[in-house]
Amino acid sequence: MIRQSSKRYWFTRILGALLVFGPASLSMGAEPNEYQLSNGMKVLLIEVPKAPVATVQVWYRVGSRNEVMGRAGLSHMLEHMMFKGTAKYPKGSFSRIVRKNGGIDNAFTSQDFTAYFENVAADRVGLALELEADRMQGLLLDNGEFQTEREVVKEERRLRSEDDPQGALVEALFAQAFLSHPYHWPVIGWFADLDAMSLEDLQRHYDTFYSPNNATLIVVGDIKADALLPTIKHLFEPIPRGPSPKQALPQEPDQRGERRFILKREAQVPFVMMGFRVPNYSSEDSYALDILESILSHGKSSRLYQSLVYEQKNSLAVGAEYSLLQTDPGLFYFYSLVNPGAKVEAVEDALQREIVRLQNEPPSDLELQRAKNQVEASRVFEQDSNFRHAMLMGQAESVGAGWRRVDQFVERIRAVGAKDIQRVAKQYLTQDNRTVGILVPTPSKPPESNPTAVNEGKS
Amino acid sequence: MGWVLCAALLTCVTTTGLAADISPTRFVTPNGMTVLVLEQHFLPIVEIHALIKAGSAQDPPDKAGVANLVASLLDEGTGTRSSKQLAEQIDFVGGSLGAQAGEDFTTASARTLKKDIDLGFILLADILQHPAFPKQEFERVRSQILGEIVSDNDDPGHVAIKAFNQLVFQNHPYRWPVNGTEETLNKITLADVQNFYAKEYLPNQVILTIVGDVTVEQATALVQTHFGSWKKGPGPTRSVRKPAVIDKKTVQLIEKDLTQSTIVLGHPGISRTNPDFYAVTVMNHILGAGGFSSRLMDSIRDKQGLAYGIMSHYDARAMPGSFWINLQTRTETTNQAISGVLAEMKAIREAPVSDQELAEAKSFLMGSFPLRLDSTAKLAQVLAQVEFFGLGFDYFSQYTKWIERVTKEDVLRVAKQYLDPQHYALVVVGNITKAKVRH
Repeated sequence: MIRQSSKRYWFTRILGALLVFGPASLSMGAEPNEYQLSNGMKVLLIEVPKAPVATVQVWYRVGSRNEVMGRAGLSHMLEHMMFKGTAKYPKGSFSRIVRKNGGIDNAFTSQDFTAYFENVAADRVGLALELEADRMQGLLLDNGEFQTEREVVKEERRLRSEDDPQGALVEALFAQAFLSHPYHWPVIGWFADLDAMSLEDLQRHYDTFYSPNNATLIVVGDIKADALLPTIKHLFEPIPRGPSPKQALPQEPDQRGERRFILKREAQVPFVMMGFRVPNYSSEDSYALDILESILSHGKSSRLYQSLVYEQKNSLAVGAEYSLLQTDPGLFYFYSLVNPGAKVEAVEDALQREIVRLQNEPPSDLELQRAKNQVEASRVFEQDSNFRHAMLMGQAESVGAGWRRVDQFVERIRAVGAKDIQRVAKQYLTQDNRTVGILVPTPSKPPESNPTAVNEGKS
Repeated sequence: MGWVLCAALLTCVTTTGLAADISPTRFVTPNGMTVLVLEQHFLPIVEIHALIKAGSAQDPPDKAGVANLVASLLDEGTGTRSSKQLAEQIDFVGGSLGAQAGEDFTTASARTLKKDIDLGFILLADILQHPAFPKQEFERVRSQILGEIVSDNDDPGHVAIKAFNQLVFQNHPYRWPVNGTEETLNKITLADVQNFYAKEYLPNQVILTIVGDVTVEQATALVQTHFGSWKKGPGPTRSVRKPAVIDKKTVQLIEKDLTQSTIVLGHPGISRTNPDFYAVTVMNHILGAGGFSSRLMDSIRDKQGLAYGIMSHYDARAMPGSFWINLQTRTETTNQAISGVLAEMKAIREAPVSDQELAEAKSFLMGSFPLRLDSTAKLAQVLAQVEFFGLGFDYFSQYTKWIERVTKEDVLRVAKQYLDPQHYALVVVGNITKAKVRH
């Protein structure tokens, strides 16, 4: 997520509304063992014996892209409800059981998928599998639980958007960049949509999307694939195949002209975001776009940092991100947390200058090689954590790229040339293809009472 | 392939035997640097992690932010490499290099693929031993930190904790934010930075931890080559600071136009080396750090739907840190949430926790221990801290035993001793006018 350094002391139920990942890919270390069960569920097992731990993850191909106007936030709401109990493991027991067994569990929802994970000691993998198999189709939706949990989700929305000026800007940017495609609305949904949701909506969503044929099970860690597979079959194969929901969506129409908007909020510093409509992993251009992102933004020697933070000093933080692993074409976006002493116009101009530079001059051989080295090194570092390793596989599978594509990615990256960078910069980073959002800080309202009243009470 | 479903309450002792296999090689160099090496050959990566025993707690009075400035400037130029050159060299190999100051210590680390291990050592040694502190970088970085401080005021959580620390720590150095304040930063001079560095950055003040695809022999040679000529110096004296005390309830309300109130409630806590640390860990887990198994989560989020995030925490540092409970709730339910928090603080002091709560808390803490050590980065950090706090390397085999020994009576005792629902600091950031806080 874009947010800079400030500490947040909250329990992370979702790892950010947008899960944007680096371009890490794997072509070394343990090879995934891939299986397909008779009910259509795909299974990936990766043996990593270095520590007696493992991560168990179930990824469902359902996210905010599978929602409709008026019910935005349904997938995320359902994710919350997935912890509320089945017949076998009643409400409250899921996380308790995992924790009692020394594990950590959580889940996250994005535009494209919903994923559940348990990080456990290697000898508890069976337990995690049993629990996930049970709630895949055994979830009991209770109205009382829903009413309470809906309030929790609203608090989450307040935390991430209502009271977070940058979060609010990101939300508005997507709404402007995508008019008819479901990437228009935030993963967490709107208050009105949350209030309009019913238990029937949740049940229908669950019945439609939570099926073995719409899921991928991934286990990475100190396991033996051929020993674990029978257990997995025993637990998951009895689950009947479910519907095969249509996953193809109508494309967002072409953008034919720049979109700009202002967001006025009480805030300390301005924030600028620019999003460009780009293709996803399925395009031949994705490799060059990925290298472009590195050249612009990876490390302190990158273009944006050197120009805007180091030399011009107009930004406190700056970056570019490319949503490579998305089901549908997403955005290539730039962001800047503006230095309080600088003007927003200066930052916009500076960003535009960097884009023009890359359009007009090829990057140096050094920069190109550096970017490729960074991609290759990242893919090794990714494997240091079972969790991140599994996340990358899960995301690749869930957006339709397939885990092998991640493997092939590095090979193709090596072939990207300087001219390719110029070409994609010219093709996609154009004014007509961009949406610009600017957070304009407004002065704080004068408070009606003493702003910081310190009262020392009697004990 | 068998597995165990722990339906029974008291029999869930999980195996962490393999965590006990963590036995680093430890030695002290002639110039006083403590070196820890742990071989991990599964992936060709290396983490070189230096812990310098100086942090913001050692900032000169009135100049909070010096330690952080020093750390931020280490990689902004050395005797032989400019800021840009350092960045280019580490970026070219896809590695990372950086430093970060905390309250008690500063960490500086290099992370590279195995094939670039020499470069990692060269660069880390260079920034630690020969930082140049160029004036223009000093001005730029200081200005940047000032900007970040301003920006942090957009985060109500940050605003709340800053105010909370001032109330809880009063005159103790933990009162100050690690990155300083606008006022103190403007007073800091380049000389302050240079003096702090000269006084604190000595090999005998450093714990160097090397984890990854390197042998003990290779690591030892690299340490000798790159850090061998670093001159030892007189270790700075640390004066004993009186721990902070709160003797009455103190409330601070900060007005901000928000839809939620951010609430922080707490008081002084314990240090890492307090012998009650393990009992407090178990108690705190039950109170509010156990996720959905904790009382605070269960009551305030799950049953009442008042909050998305709520947790309790003991910041157990070199000197006693703070204890806090932190949550966010919509403006209208501010009072209800605070009442809920105080009720839980009282309840855990008034009656022993249940056998089930105790068993499950212990089971989690013991069983999840290996998860804290499941990457080279985590291993490096944990090893460095075990050394810093003098916990001993039998820590890895002993941790589960120390947790296992905690009884219901221990939990009750530490709850009474280290939780105080009468004398505390309460900070609320939000629409105070509308919240009508009556606590």
